[in-house]
Parts: sequence; C-alpha cells; structure tokens
Amino acid sequence: MKIKQLSVFLENKPGRLSVPCKALAKAGLSILTLSLADTRQFGILRLILKDWEKAREVLQGAGCVVNVTEVIAIEVEDRPGGLADVLKIIEKAGVNLEYMYAFTFRSEDKAVLVFRFEDPDAAIQLLQSKGVNVIGSVELFDRAKR
Amino acid sequence: MSEFAFENRIWELDETLPRGELQALQVERLRQTVARVAEVPFYKAAFAKAKVTPDKIRSLEDLARLPFTTKEDLRQHYPLGFLAVPREKVVRIHGSSGTTGKPTFVAYTAADRELWANLCARFLVAGGLRPKHLVHITFGYGLFTGGFGLHYGVEKVGAAIVPAAAGNTPRHIMLIQDLKPQVLIGTPSYSLQIAEVARAQGVDPKALGLKFAHFGGVPWTEDMRFQIEREFGLMAFNNYGLSEVIGPGVSGECGLRSGMHIQEDHFLVECVNPDTLEPVAEGERGELVFTSLTKEAMPVIRYRTRDIAWLDTSACPCGRTGARMSRVVGRTDDMLIIRGVNVFPSQIEEALLRVEGTAPHYLIEVDRPGAMDVVTVRVEMRPQDFSDEMRQMEALRERIDREIQSITGIRVDVELVEPQTLERSAGKARRVIDHRREKGLI
Repeated sequence: MKIKQLSVFLENKPGRLSVPCKALAKAGLSILTLSLADTRQFGILRLILKDWEKAREVLQGAGCVVNVTEVIAIEVEDRPGGLADVLKIIEKAGVNLEYMYAFTFRSEDKAVLVFRFEDPDAAIQLLQSKGVNVIGSVELFDRAKR
Repeated sequence: MSEFAFENRIWELDETLPRGELQALQVERLRQTVARVAEVPFYKAAFAKAKVTPDKIRSLEDLARLPFTTKEDLRQHYPLGFLAVPREKVVRIHGSSGTTGKPTFVAYTAADRELWANLCARFLVAGGLRPKHLVHITFGYGLFTGGFGLHYGVEKVGAAIVPAAAGNTPRHIMLIQDLKPQVLIGTPSYSLQIAEVARAQGVDPKALGLKFAHFGGVPWTEDMRFQIEREFGLMAFNNYGLSEVIGPGVSGECGLRSGMHIQEDHFLVECVNPDTLEPVAEGERGELVFTSLTKEAMPVIRYRTRDIAWLDTSACPCGRTGARMSRVVGRTDDMLIIRGVNVFPSQIEEALLRVEGTAPHYLIEVDRPGAMDVVTVRVEMRPQDFSDEMRQMEALRERIDREIQSITGIRVDVELVEPQTLERSAGKARRVIDHRREKGLI
C-alpha cells in the first residue's frame, strides 16, 4: 500500500528548483505531484513519480542529493470536513503525521492526499480499520492516467 | 584498558627516565645548548638583548627568558648562518622545501647523525620494528629528511632495508610482492595510492603481507589510519619531526598509540598560544615550540613549528616518560582569529565529524560587515545526512551549530548547501575564505 516518494535537497536560491525539473523533463519523466517545503536557507522538494527508480538515477546524475521515503495515498471525500474527518482519526489514535500534500487529479467526488507518517504501516492499519480508503501505487498511477 | 598487540620493547633506557630526573637533565643540557649557540650571530644578538648568559639558566622556568626562533629567522640567515660549529665539523646538510623558492638548510655533525639514527630507532622499535624485519621505504632520499632519517633508524635497529624511494607505484608493488617486506615506511597518502594501484591490478592489498607501517612527513587523520589498516590488514604508527629540529625522530607512537612520545631528553617542548606566545594549559591546543638540548651543528632555541597540537604529560603504561603530543591538527597559518578567539579549521571538522560520523565537505567564510566578525560554515549535503523531514534537517543544522560552539566557543551560522557546490582546487579542498583579508581589515 505504500508509495515511494523522492525528496531532493535544494538551496533556497534563484534557479535551484529548475535543475531537478529540467533533468526529469529531459529524461521524459512526468511528475505526478510535488510539494516544496522551505526555510530561509534551504528547501526540500518532494516528488511522486511512477518510475521513481529511474527518476532517482536521473536526479543523482544531475548532482542532486536524493532520498527515498515511503508515503501513503489516502482518498478523502471532496467536501467541507472531508479531510478533517481523516485527521480526527489520526489525532485520536496518537499517530504522528509528519506532513501532507495533495494530488492534482481527483476521481468523482474524491480527492487524493499524500501523507507521510513516522510509522506508515501502523497508519495504514489504523486508517483501513476505520474505513478510510488507502490507495496502492498500482491504482494510484492508474487513476492518474485517466 | 588498551593492550599491547606485541611485546613492548624499549630501545634506550633514557626513554623511561623518571620525570624529575628528566627535568634535571633538561636544565643541564639547556645550559650547554645556550653556551653552544652563544656565538651564532642571531642568538648572540638576542641573548645580549635579553641579558641571558648560560649561567643564568638554573631551571626550566628560565626557558621563558630565551628568544623564539622562526622559519623566517632561518631564512634571513641563509644558507648556514645558524651553524654553531666550524663547517668542517658538518657531515651532512639537509633542507626543507621553501614555498618561496630557496630551501632552509639544516646541518648535522657526526654525533648529530648518530643521535638522529638512535631517535628514529626508538620510535621504530616502539612501533614493532625488530631486527628480523624487512622494511620497504617509499620516502624520497634527498634534501628532505624523511628518507635518510628513517633509513638510519632501521639500520640502527638491525633490520633490512629496501630503499625503494619515491615514485613509480607499480614498481613498488612488484618489489613488495617479490621481496615480501613486513614493514612499510613513507607518507600515509602514498600507502593509499599503493593500495589503489594494487587493486586496479587485481591485487588485494592484504595479500601484500605488510604487517606494520610507520607514517610521517605530513599531517593525517585517525580516519585515514582506519582506512589504511583495513586496506592492508596492518598496524599503522604515526611519527613526527621537522628538519629544523632534527627531522623524523622528534616523537613517535608506542604500541598503545595514544599520542606520540616526545624524545624529551633531546628536545624541550612547549605548547603556546600563537598570538600571545604564552603557554597554554595542558591538553589545550597550541603551537608546538622545540628547543634542541643535544644537537651540535645547528641547535635551535624555542623554534616555532607553526604546528598545532596538544600535550599530555600523564604516565603511559608503556613506561616511556616522554610527554605525548597529539597528531598535528592544524598549522598556525590556518588559524583564524574570530572576535578574539583562536579557531582552527580542524575544530570545525571535528564538530562535523561528531555530528555526522565522517566529515562532509565544508567551507568556512569569515566576514566583518559591521563591527563584529561573522562566520558562516557551509556544509555540503550528503544522502546519508539528508532527510525528507524539515524537522530533522533543522535538527541537523542545530546539532552542527551546537557542536561547533562547544568546540570553538564561538557562534557561527551553519548553512546546508547542495553537493559539489563548494570550490575544490585540484582535488584539494579550500577550507577558509576570509573576506576580512580582502577588505584589508586584518
């Protein structure tokens, strides 16, 4: 159920974001979604791509520091309170959520979000037991194509 | 508790003189040295100015009355202005390479050369050399003191020598494979070169059969020692010396390898603050200063080595009583004075080492935008240090910050930068950029 996420270290300087993006574009790799966390001095670019292994090679080849982490994709209802419901479950169980961001695509009345937990396996078990739909990579990349 | 990996053999009993007796001997020998150099023009003038005569030397405290000698002083008396004996008494001249073109010469009488051999024999025996061994020497034999000094020391011990000298790595590998020496002598970096070339030839460096190595001539790190020992499956020992004092043989490690025993019956050591020239507390970093006690041809008084290390006079289980010096951790030339505090690039490296296990690439930038010095330490990121979590990254930065502050006592700005972005010239890293110098502020 877990999905591989690439994270890239970036200095907070003009033009730095375009280095990994150009490298991926040149290799014909498309980014499914991304998020950028930044401080005054540096940033962390997080990427979800289908062919993450190839992408990692390309990014390393471009001189980037790249890490692979496991995240999970969660389906929430696209209505007011949809996300709040899921967060309530997480909060109640005392599970540590590091950060989250969204996918740009949606299917029907559902949105898909990326969650990074300290312990992804425990989080999957918890969410599934509460009836939350955790989406595996096969289905995720399938949906993205539609 | 450390243990000896081999029998702790001591070459000369003088190495174990109780410190009280040692100090009495030092005072006596210091007085003789002052008398010996009294007619050397540089010292004659300096002693007259300081009103020092040999009979004024009654205790080691009197050392403080004597002038310092610098490399620049030697240069100004080029070529042999520091000779304390008639030229006819000299049996050998060596030199240290000068960055400004001309070398600095040093001279030996027959007795000096004999002493030199003995001092090298001391640390070689302390580091496991025995008469049965065959020794491969990769130091150059020339003006540089490394080759000859170690050569004489090995000869003194009675072991056999392959004086392979510098250069041609494949030839070194062939000689080692065919002659099967147990001991390697040279610079640590060259041994890694041998390992690399051997592996490229499909030869496992361990199969070369080397058991001991004695390294000196250049500063190196504990990391390098582990790497070399792993590569060759040998035990590596550190020794220290500089031509102005005698060459190799000033100090060397015993079997316990926790600092290099200084041959204090022949050299007086001081560790001073390079700015104030006042002694630093034991265990604190400072510039090493040596005074010859027994040399004839060219004794030096309070010679400033520009090497930064620290001293430990505590008793060593090996029985040698000479104080131990640390590795050379820097040069005074590298020293930065930041808000009045002395900071060495090696201290920043040590902080990074503590935080990240092995030191990444880094650059220290110093500037004085207003009244205060501002230091920025840029650290290149490596995959093993990088996290996708901001929290972890901030924690890493703070840990580096804290370690640097605890080691150096000054606050710096730590910046994490992308890999391969810090300048490297010819593979060697530039560690410091001091904008204050460009601005003419220091």
